Amino acid sequence: MENEPRGNFPPTRWSAIEAARSADPAERRRALDRIASVYWKPVYKYVRARYGRSPEDAQDLTQEFFASLVDRAALDTYDPRRARLRTFLRSCVDALVANSDRDAGRLKRGGGIAPLSLEYELAEGELARTGLPSPERLDDFFEREWVRSLLATAVEQLRAACAAKGKDAVFAVFECYDLDDAEPGRPTYADLARDLGLSVTDVTNYLASARRELRRISLELLHETTASDEEFRREARSLLGHDPE
Amino acid sequence: MSWLSDDALARLRSAASAPDLSGTRYRLIGEVGRGGMCTVFLADDPVLERRVALKVLDVPDTDGDLALRLAREAKILARLEHPGIAPVHDVGRLPDGRVFYAMQYVEGPRLDAFAATTRNLLDRLRVFQRIVEAVAFAHDRGILHRDLKPENVMVGPFGQVLVMDWGLAKALAGDEQRASPSSTPAGPHTGHGAVLGTPGYMSPEQARGEVSRLDVRSDVYALGAILRFLLKSDDVPRPLLAVCAQAMADDRDDRYPGALALNADVTRWLNGQRVDAYPESLLQKASRLYTRHKAAVWLIVTYLVVRGSILFFSRR
Repeated sequence: MENEPRGNFPPTRWSAIEAARSADPAERRRALDRIASVYWKPVYKYVRARYGRSPEDAQDLTQEFFASLVDRAALDTYDPRRARLRTFLRSCVDALVANSDRDAGRLKRGGGIAPLSLEYELAEGELARTGLPSPERLDDFFEREWVRSLLATAVEQLRAACAAKGKDAVFAVFECYDLDDAEPGRPTYADLARDLGLSVTDVTNYLASARRELRRISLELLHETTASDEEFRREARSLLGHDPE
Repeated sequence: MSWLSDDALARLRSAASAPDLSGTRYRLIGEVGRGGMCTVFLADDPVLERRVALKVLDVPDTDGDLALRLAREAKILARLEHPGIAPVHDVGRLPDGRVFYAMQYVEGPRLDAFAATTRNLLDRLRVFQRIVEAVAFAHDRGILHRDLKPENVMVGPFGQVLVMDWGLAKALAGDEQRASPSSTPAGPHTGHGAVLGTPGYMSPEQARGEVSRLDVRSDVYALGAILRFLLKSDDVPRPLLAVCAQAMADDRDDRYPGALALNADVTRWLNGQRVDAYPESLLQKASRLYTRHKAAVWLIVTYLVVRGSILFFSRR
């Protein structure tokens, strides 16, 4: 056992949190893109839900927020021993909104960094489907949207990886079984085998393979957007557990 | 970008956390419990046609240390063949990289749930003694449990009592080779200063992180805390409270020297004998002897009364 490989994690890793503090502008931009890929929807939806801001205001605040992480080195004050990254980011959003109230009309739109290209209409569409949370659920809202955003990003990476390897059937099985909200009830493996022209054994193997890959991609995304191994482990349990803590 | 409904989100989280059993002999049935680093699943073993519990490491293992710990736990369990300790059947790595081991699936409530439904003091004490026997066996094999508490004891439907969760177990000083010849007995997680255990059941020295000083008396403290838990809702006899107090003495030199000594005192109380932990007054000693030999005492008293009456009336 001791001599076996240690699993899927390399001993060293690229950390978006570290990279955001880099002196190299290209590295900081890469870090910003990675953090934003996971957090922009939670941030945008949170501003809309908690503060009731208009879509236009929420878009400005979202751009301002991510720019501040890199341009004004907001992440320099982050200490993973004191809080989870998502807790820290949420408190940064709260502070930003409070400042924007105070400095109304003087909102900085991203400073010296090029604005992120974000599909706000998608986030608006999702808000329309889920509805805004009730006041007593606002505290959980950011966490739940973080889980949704990270897994959705992982699903897209899985889809791209399957397409690149010519394994569209693998993703099709996964999509039908785990993603689609079929009515009524879940399809059986035999249903899927018939519908997709596969054997039941293929369906079983493809589904196991897709889920394994989804787990790997999700944890890799999480690995890159946490600042320490300890935080990574705690967040992994939140991500893959039944309820975000 | 995919839209994930709340239902799809729940399915994905469940799918990504479920163990990937493809390529193994096991078939997943469901999740049965979660611990600090691991999740326990119920699975079917179609080869031997039995159900097993799979303990799977479910937090990312960035440096390989957690996998070593789980493998070490399995090896410790494999050496503790005792009716009070669930046996290990298999150990390995899943296709997704997670380490697991398979062990006996134990049905039945945990000790805390058992205590909530069992009012009878003697029934509780019998279960307690089975726990102490299993721990004493582990001590004899050079292993400390270090996390004994009601949540880590299962009580089966036929009276089986199993001490579970040996994840913090440690080889006693001088017993490393006997306990686990092929593993590192005191890795970084067991070094001085690491506070591991459960408040309320941890000995003072364990709570202070004096890991290298721990010996069997630290587990004796936890056993005392379990006994106190089992006595909580009863009108507790003073000698049993004294047993708890001695097992849980702050200074380990004041505790029972081992689990068997603790068990012996409980047995003495069950047999109506004097308990070492409880110095008796003359009156208490007389009361205990009366309770223990009630029938004989009444027989003698009756005999004396009858004999006295005969003497009294024969002289009139």
